[in-house]
Parts: sequence; C-alpha cells; structure tokens
Amino acid sequence: MRTRMLSGNEAVALGAWEAAVAVGCGYPGTPSTEILEALATQPEVYTEWSVNEKVALEVGVGASLAGGRALVTMKHVGVNVAADPLFTASYLGVRAGLVIITADDPEMHSSQNEQDNRNYAIAAKVPMLEPSDSEEARQFTKLAFELSEAYDTPVFLRMTTRLSHSKSLIAPLPEGGPVRGEAPIKPGFVSDPGKYVMIPGNARKRRLVVEQRMQRLTADAATHPANRIEWPTGEPDAGAKAPVGIITSGIPYTYVREVDADVPVLKLGLVHPLSPELIRGFAEKVETLYVVEELDAVIETQLKAWGIACIGKDAFPAIGEFTPAIVAAGLGRGEAPAVVESSFAVPPRWPGLCAGCPHDHVFNELRRLGMIVSGDIGCYSLGVLPPYNAMDTLLDMGASITMAQGMDIVAPAEQRGKIAAVIGDSTFAHSGITGLLNAVWNKRDGLYIVLDNGTTAMTGMQPNPMSGERMGREDSFSVDYELLARSFGIPAENIGMVDAYDTAGISNAIEVLAERHGVRLLVVLGLCLIEGQKLKRLDKLDDKKSARRELIYLNPVGGKK
Amino acid sequence: MSGVFNVLMVGVGGQGIVLASDVLAEAAALAGMDVKKSEIHGMSRRGGPVFSHVRFGERVYSAVIDHGQADVVLAMEPMELVRWSRWARPGAAACYLAEPILPVGLSQYPDGLEAEISRLFGRVVRVELSAIRRSVPLKVRNTALLGATSVFFDLGPEYLQQALKALSPRGSYEANQAAFDLGRELATAQLMEAADVE
Repeated sequence: MRTRMLSGNEAVALGAWEAAVAVGCGYPGTPSTEILEALATQPEVYTEWSVNEKVALEVGVGASLAGGRALVTMKHVGVNVAADPLFTASYLGVRAGLVIITADDPEMHSSQNEQDNRNYAIAAKVPMLEPSDSEEARQFTKLAFELSEAYDTPVFLRMTTRLSHSKSLIAPLPEGGPVRGEAPIKPGFVSDPGKYVMIPGNARKRRLVVEQRMQRLTADAATHPANRIEWPTGEPDAGAKAPVGIITSGIPYTYVREVDADVPVLKLGLVHPLSPELIRGFAEKVETLYVVEELDAVIETQLKAWGIACIGKDAFPAIGEFTPAIVAAGLGRGEAPAVVESSFAVPPRWPGLCAGCPHDHVFNELRRLGMIVSGDIGCYSLGVLPPYNAMDTLLDMGASITMAQGMDIVAPAEQRGKIAAVIGDSTFAHSGITGLLNAVWNKRDGLYIVLDNGTTAMTGMQPNPMSGERMGREDSFSVDYELLARSFGIPAENIGMVDAYDTAGISNAIEVLAERHGVRLLVVLGLCLIEGQKLKRLDKLDDKKSARRELIYLNPVGGKK
Repeated sequence: MSGVFNVLMVGVGGQGIVLASDVLAEAAALAGMDVKKSEIHGMSRRGGPVFSHVRFGERVYSAVIDHGQADVVLAMEPMELVRWSRWARPGAAACYLAEPILPVGLSQYPDGLEAEISRLFGRVVRVELSAIRRSVPLKVRNTALLGATSVFFDLGPEYLQQALKALSPRGSYEANQAAFDLGRELATAQLMEAADVE
C-alpha cells in the first residue's frame, strides 16, 4: 500500500514531478536537501547537485529559456549566493516555468542566521507562495509553475524547517498512483535578445515590464486561489463586524487553527505581492486585526503603510520559531497549560563529530599548536565545541580561506604564522576555490587545510565535485587537488596530501607548512564513516578507498606514502 | 485541540526514532485518522538529542506538541526522558529503554534518574536492553520500544502491523514485527504486575 504521509519536501518533489518538471537542481542545505533527493528517484527528470546555488539558479534559468520547467532548491542562505542571477532573472522572465525553493530556518536549527527570505521576494520583485502543510506544498508547487508561465516570471516557493521536515497526509491519489502532467511549453530556445540579453538599454525596458507584471499580480492576488478567507462561523452581515480576525500564512496558520478553529482567518498562500483590496476587505469586517507571521514584520509593515490598523510584532516575537502556545499568548488566549515540572539538572548533550571521525586529529593538533582557526560550514564546524575548542571564526560558505587572508594582512607578526583556514571538500568546491585563487593572485601567505571526507556529510551524504560521483551516485570525475593547486601557481613543496589516520604525518605537515611562505594547501583525506558504510552496502568501498589512496602520493612534509 | 492524541518520541541520534515515528504515523493514517508528525534533523542533531512529535485524531492542525501536551513519551534513553518531560501533560505515561548513553565530555552518568522518572510520570514501562537482546537483534530496539509504548495507544495493533510491513527496510519486517510483539508483551506484563502490587 502506498503511503500518503509525505514530508513537505517530498510533497514539493511530487508536485514538481506532477507538473512535468524537466530539470531539478540545487545545492544541499538543511532543510531543503530532501526535495532533490526525492526528485532524483524519478527517471523522467534530469537532476543535479550543482557546485553552488548561483550555478544551480543559472542552470535553472537556462533550462527555462530552452523550454523546460525547472525547479531550483536551496536553503535560505543559499539564496544569498544565488542573489546575483536572481535579481536579473526577474527581468528576463521565463519561457517554461521556473520555481525557486527557499527553505528558511526560523530558530536556526541548522543555520548560521535567521534571515526571512520573504524580503527577497519584495527586493527582487518575484512572486512568492507559502504553503502550510504537505498537500499545499504539493499543490502550490504546481501552482507556482503555472504562475511562472502566466506572468513570465521566476516564482519563489517558501518553505520553513517545520514544514519541510513535518509529515502530513496528502489528498487521496488516483488508483494507479500520481500522474505526470503534460508540459504546456515545448522545448526549444527562441532567440529574443531584447528580453534575454540584459545590457542597460534592454534592462531599462524590462524594468518597466517587471513593474507592470507586479502591478498585474497585485491586482490578481485579490482572487488568487492560494489566498482564502475562512469564516468558520459565518461571514458577518453587511455593516457588522467579527470581534477578531487574523491574517496569517505558512506554518503559523496551523498554529492559529490549533489555538482557535473558529476565528475568522485570511490565509495568504501568495505572500508576495499582497492584495490591498483583499486585505482591506477582510480588515473592514473585523474589530481587531492580528497579523501572525514568523520572523520579520513583512505583512504587518505593508498593512501599516496602507493605513490598515493591525497588531503584529507588538504581540508576537520577531525572533525564533512560533509554537501554538506562543500564538495563543500573543492572541491573549487562555492560560499556559499545566506541565510536568522537573528540577532535575539534565546535563547537556552537545552535538559533535561522530566517534571515530577521521578528522578528529586535525582539530586536536590545531588546538595543541595554538593556531587561530578560520573555520567554515559543514560537520567540522563542530570543531568549535568541546572537546576540540579549535575554531575561531565561521561566517559563510567558503569564508575560511578568504577571511584568513584578511586576518593575515593586518595581524601582527607573531600571529601571522599561526593563522590557518579549515574547509571541507564540498564547501571548497562551492566557493573555496575562488578564495584560493584570490590568495595566490594577491601573493598572500596562508595555510589552508581541506578536510576531505569524500562526501557532503552534514546534509546527508551528497556527492560533490571532489568526491568522484554525481547525483544518484553515478560515477563522475573528481578534481585533482594537486593539479588544481599547481595550475594556480602553488609550488609543489607547498602542497600536502595526508591520510587522516596518519596522525604523525598530519602533525608534521601542519608544523612544517606553517613555517613556509606563500599559499600552502594541505589536504587531509579521511573517508566519512557513514559514507563508508553506505559505499560498503553498494559494494563501492574498495574502489573508493584505492582511488583516494592514490591521491596521497605527494607529501613533501613526511608521513607515510 | 481536544481529541488529538500526542506521542513524543525522544532519544539520541542513530537510535531509530525517525522510523518508529513514521510507523506510528502511518498506522494512525491507516486507521483513518488525520495525522501529523514533526522532527528536526540536520546539524543541530548530530550526536545531540533527537525528538519526533506524532499527533493523530479527527483533525490535526499543528504538527508540533506544545509544553504540557504529550499523552505518552517514548524514550530510547533515560536522561532524554527527563530532558523532555516538560512537553508531557501531568500524569502522562512513559516508556523508556533503561540503557544510559553518556554524553560526550561527561565522566559520570547522573544518579537518581529512575526515581525522578517515577515521580514525573503516571504509568511507566521500563524496558531492559537485555530483555530485547535475548530475542531480537539490537538494531530493532526502536520497534521493541514502539511495541511497548503501543499499550498506551487507542490504536489497533493490526494497523501498526500493516504500517510495519509497509515501512520496514527490505528484509527486516519479520525482525521488526518480532520486536514489536516482544515490546508489547513486556509492557503488558509489567503493567499487570504493577496493578497487582497496587
């Protein structure tokens, strides 16, 4: 029997598949990762993990212009990486539907910041849909493709961690399972330089088109099917008002309904652009209007600009995830329920590197040597926590190598030899390589350590350009670190490749390379334990191990070969 | 929301909380109920505490269980049961695996947890790892705990069986079903014994 319990992410993949999506691409990032993993199981769809989010969006735009529906997935901070193509893709518009998933992370369960990407929809002038459960995630994905083609625009679908990783029932499926629809646009690129070549003269013309499009969308938002007004106890008579009404969207809608199944609600599925007409109509029928939205006061601010009185962030927090209890408190409902009270001091259970993680020794060594460690994003970010306490900075993907350069420029002499950057293999490919190039070109000094575990481990074992596989564990190429570094102009004696289990070799390599001048690249190769188990089940472990052993042929600083 | 049954499952990464909660959610769906489940995975959970919320009933809006709402807590580790006790309603039932896992960086497991568990919860089922190990592989201890906890659900075991069949990883259904049955027997025996003592 086919299960109908789907996570929000699985439901997006199903909706995209039903919408005859041709291309799915993205970069892994919690909580967005499972969308493409689900889509990749469907042979009709080309899927890839792209090198980074900017690349993914550009692949998606190209696919759209060539007439294939494209789904591009990323976490909220990934949109920062993709922001450059995003803002101008809004001017180009689409040929086949282009849907961008932004998976936001209120509460920062797995992220370095809590940005609210509804702000991107406003800034980039791109419409945005936001579902509340798995069935809506599925339907809104289909709706997003239609909206994209009807209004000639990329469309955002905003997910949040709670939606992506919660499961709920989808509507009953047809007898033979879900049905893949027909793509309304046939593949084929049609040249249209005025629309697709954004030199200033064309961009100025498209700028007007974008504005007209958003005006048309704003007008149509009044009756858009993703928006609905719920009067569970009946709409007030003409001239009468309900005492309370609520405007909400996404996961907070479910909390509002949990707290009060009868309160009038304007549920916004299209969260950008908003329809002043729709909202004013609702506001006029209620005495007190609340806006219940997680994170920024995006809806509230617009209402207030239109002169619509409402209660928003005065009553509800702007920081962190909501719960039904937080929503109830904001609405001034009821007392907090009785809870089980324990004063037992339960010790914290910190996350950490897995027991036996091959990269454990590097962190012990960096701490022992008193290095200033410029860190990066991945499992190894946990090097900041006990027992390692060996990371000093972490900003964004790829920043380890470049921040180390900035530090080195101004640090006093006694600190300069002590600065090291630490970055994982997937992050290195994502945006570390450009930083390495910058360092060599600008004649900087620096020790940059790649902790290569053969996979993108933190997000659940995705292949990357350094790992030898692509999406779906299909064999592919892997970048040769040494050839890459040599082609950048890094001399052979400044490049080290060491086995992660060769503890003496690692200690020696760090000490020796720390003394050298110029850019130094040390790659520590140790296969992720979980990835190793997976490869073993696939009967690929021995091949992978011997391929990686061959990489450790070059070690100018001692250790076993 | 009244009429919704709330099951909180907690443990440490790698103990099979996600699969156990998937099985329960699927069983409730098979029984014709509305269901939602919620969990957080990703960086914050690597080696840290893991939880899953399962809510079922006629109509379920929120996927999350609030403080004071869980009717039953399933814990794969004693310390985690106490850590999440605030989510339980007073008098909630608990079922836990009495197999302490020492957090990294701690040299001694805290004393007095068992007494605290008895104080905090209503009916409690304590499952010994040895009781599981005697009959089924340790890998399916999550299903054994689900079986033990199932005595507290108003949900036919046949639905749980169907769900186990649908969701067990390939080749593991028999072991999972055996573990489920074992857990259910252990819990039933323990609750009867407790009733006799009273």
